Amino acid sequence: MALLTLTVNGKVVSRDVAPQTLLSEFIRETLRLTGTHVGCDTGQCGACTVHLDGRAVKSCVMLASQAGGAALTTIEGVAAADGTLHPMQVAFNECHGLQCGFCTPGMVMSAIDLVKHHPCGSDAEIREGLEGNFCRCTGYQNIVKAVAQAAKAMA
Amino acid sequence: MNARQGFIGQSVVRREDHRFLTGRGQYTDDITLQGQSYGVFLRSPHAHAKIKFLSTSVAAKAPGVLAIFTGDHFKAVGGLPCGWLINNIDGTPMKEPKHPVLADGKVRYVGDRVALVVAESVDEARAAAALIEVDYEVLPAVIDLASAHKAPAAVHDEAADNRCYVWQIGDADGTDAAFKTAAHVTTLSFRNNRLVPNAIEPRAANAAYNASSEEYTLYVANQNPHVERLLMCAFVLGIPEHKMRVVAPDVGGGFGSKIFLYGEETALVWASKQVGRPIKWTAERSESFLSDAHGRDHQTTAELALDKDGKFLALRVDTTANMGAYLSTFASAVPTILYATLLAGQYTTPKISCKVSAVFTNTAPVDAYRGAGRPEATYTVERIVETAARELGIDPVELRRRNFITSFPYASPVGLTYDIGDYDATMRRAVELADTGGFEARRKASQAKGLKRGLGYSAYIEACGIAPSSVAGALGARAGLFEAGEVRVHPTGKVTVFTGSHSHGQGHETTFSQVVADKLGIPLEDITIEHGDTGKVLFGMGTYGSRSLAVGGTAIVKALDKVIAKGKKIAAHLMEASDADVEFANGVFSVAGTDKSVPFAAVSLTAYVPHNFPHDKLEPGLNENAFYDPSNFTYPAGSYICEVEIDPATGVVRIDRFTACDDFGNVINPMIVEGQVHGGLAQGIGQALLEHGVYDQAGQLLSGSYMDYTMPRADDLPQFTVETVKGTPCTHNPLGVKGCGEAGAIGSPPAVINAICHALGVKDMPMPATPYTVWQATNKA
Repeated sequence: MALLTLTVNGKVVSRDVAPQTLLSEFIRETLRLTGTHVGCDTGQCGACTVHLDGRAVKSCVMLASQAGGAALTTIEGVAAADGTLHPMQVAFNECHGLQCGFCTPGMVMSAIDLVKHHPCGSDAEIREGLEGNFCRCTGYQNIVKAVAQAAKAMA
Repeated sequence: MNARQGFIGQSVVRREDHRFLTGRGQYTDDITLQGQSYGVFLRSPHAHAKIKFLSTSVAAKAPGVLAIFTGDHFKAVGGLPCGWLINNIDGTPMKEPKHPVLADGKVRYVGDRVALVVAESVDEARAAAALIEVDYEVLPAVIDLASAHKAPAAVHDEAADNRCYVWQIGDADGTDAAFKTAAHVTTLSFRNNRLVPNAIEPRAANAAYNASSEEYTLYVANQNPHVERLLMCAFVLGIPEHKMRVVAPDVGGGFGSKIFLYGEETALVWASKQVGRPIKWTAERSESFLSDAHGRDHQTTAELALDKDGKFLALRVDTTANMGAYLSTFASAVPTILYATLLAGQYTTPKISCKVSAVFTNTAPVDAYRGAGRPEATYTVERIVETAARELGIDPVELRRRNFITSFPYASPVGLTYDIGDYDATMRRAVELADTGGFEARRKASQAKGLKRGLGYSAYIEACGIAPSSVAGALGARAGLFEAGEVRVHPTGKVTVFTGSHSHGQGHETTFSQVVADKLGIPLEDITIEHGDTGKVLFGMGTYGSRSLAVGGTAIVKALDKVIAKGKKIAAHLMEASDADVEFANGVFSVAGTDKSVPFAAVSLTAYVPHNFPHDKLEPGLNENAFYDPSNFTYPAGSYICEVEIDPATGVVRIDRFTACDDFGNVINPMIVEGQVHGGLAQGIGQALLEHGVYDQAGQLLSGSYMDYTMPRADDLPQFTVETVKGTPCTHNPLGVKGCGEAGAIGSPPAVINAICHALGVKDMPMPATPYTVWQATNKA
């Protein structure tokens, strides 16, 4: 066990973690932030995507200890402190970009990163940018629509 | 629109989204109970083997281990039941070998459950599982479904030829006779590829036993918690049903794979009492691939007889269906009741005969997956109809039109009676939307770039809301197929509705609220929809077969009608009017022809504070139940058109346009309905182009991870054009709804393959049409 200190959704957190603990396990089991989901444990489905120092990472394929000193944002930290939803969350709701909701947290985290760091001029760019996240329910059509709408709102 | 009414038909944004978008969903793995322990299953590495020796003594001493269970512990309990009895042609029942909770001396597929290890942590359970000693005597594996009946080995001793049943429907002699008069016969043989459902939430369960109340609680990722409870209690573990509560909380997609009673949660429930601690198990993705019930996997030969004018005379179908190693909950019904009864499609084909041979193989159990039998039927019909059109040089739309059923009700030669439909309407609209008139110009433009372009059609029908129970029972169903609903009006006029259907992405909390709001004239915010908990909901059959609104919604409507009827009597008393003169509209009870009125909330308050109440005629309270057993299936139908562009140098198929035009009857929430179609299309296109569950000859699942099994990603799919026509409302439920959840997955695979065949000028193309497969066909053609 070693002491891990990092910022989680704006608050400094210190916990003892075993060296083999995955970041996803740390988030779900140690911090009990269960909005981050695990759909595959091999880094392909993207349900576990969180932001580390402002960039999207798949938390099931990195160790918690690698996040020492970093700023971690999970889906629970995306809305404003007063509960106002992020434009991406609003767009997913308005465009029906989610059904069962399981892939949604990871999809929203990836989509926010995508819009922040890449031009989302066309549907094709959005589709390529979301290639790392599976959704089995929506056929992606309304997710693409939501990301395009949020990109305008975030511009 | 009145602020309080007119929700039906509106694209109301979903009420359930907020919790999912903010990370507050509660899926099974999110629930951790006091004293939680963890389970890990040791699984068979072999497809077929005898367990010669099994020792847990070393593993049991490993750190953190609480208990280890094997097949020996479950000898006294029942096997996992199959819910549908199918009889052979000679009238004898199908073979139903025991499906043990944990392997009993023999393993029959890679991933079969050998032992359950319970420990303080998942890591410790996993480490201990690796210390269990098992000595296997490997047996020859039966993998190929087409040759399973003559394989040298038997999956089960009770079925030496590996046949579960050989079943037949339709007039075989009449069909044969019709073929003799045919001007043209089209024949096709094809495989409907095996699929792995792949809900993104893996299966999970958490079982707890309360020693003081002697009650079990099971949290489980499941589509029908009451059925889960009934099967587990009555058929397997013998637990009194009233001592067991099953909760299916938020469930991350099902697509059929979470209908079934599995051995994992059954073992957990039984073990939770032995261990005296709650036990949680969540599948790793590799376990999901190996042990979730797979879908499809049929080998079919179909022949269509036509007269000189292109009228269909007869359809003869021979299908071999893979059951896998054991009969999963509804496995036997999928290639029979849910498949062969749909072989008339949208057409007046007078004679149809279908023989189905179901075989056991040393592969994962195969059961219902989105569409369940109906995609396989639609693929059979729509591939052979399109092939006949191409062979005869008749436009595929024209050939279909010559054979469309136009008079309703229509009794098909394979046992169903379609209540209503307008197949030309959806075809006409799909043709417009797809701009097939511009196809030739687009084909030439592709040709100029060295690319091939093709157009494919599909006109599907499905049967949803499987019913009625009495008919299903006569056909072998061992369960009822009704639905239950309860409307609990609280004193202040707020309403909680309990439904036996289950939402795992379908948006019931929104759609059902729209129905309730319109009926009662109250705001959406005053309504809560409860589902997925046997401790709250009176009963239910769950969600599958696109049944939730048509069957579950109708049960709610019936309960609402009872609430309104009782409310009228209370209101009549308050207004000193006769019951017959009271009307209810927009949330207000009024006396016809007067200005007397009382609002809904005043009536509900009176029901619970019955000071001025007609006690001589009514009981206090305002809480009504209803059970609804439909008189028939519902029959959604539609026309799908796919246009592909293929690069012959690489074999890559690009879907340039996909048009879906559906008739779902009345639509409550168009946005949700379109979303359901999008998802279905993605799974159908996935089947046609990408997905394939492949076993090698030793029975190892080669496509057992997301590195090998090609799930559709955002950039694999086109922008769909989806339109729901102002359709033909279902004639036998009060909402006039038909169901929409499976249509996309049912109608799309033949449209895609028809388009590829058209582009390449080939007769057939195996699914999935991967670049390599297409490249081979191009270079052969």
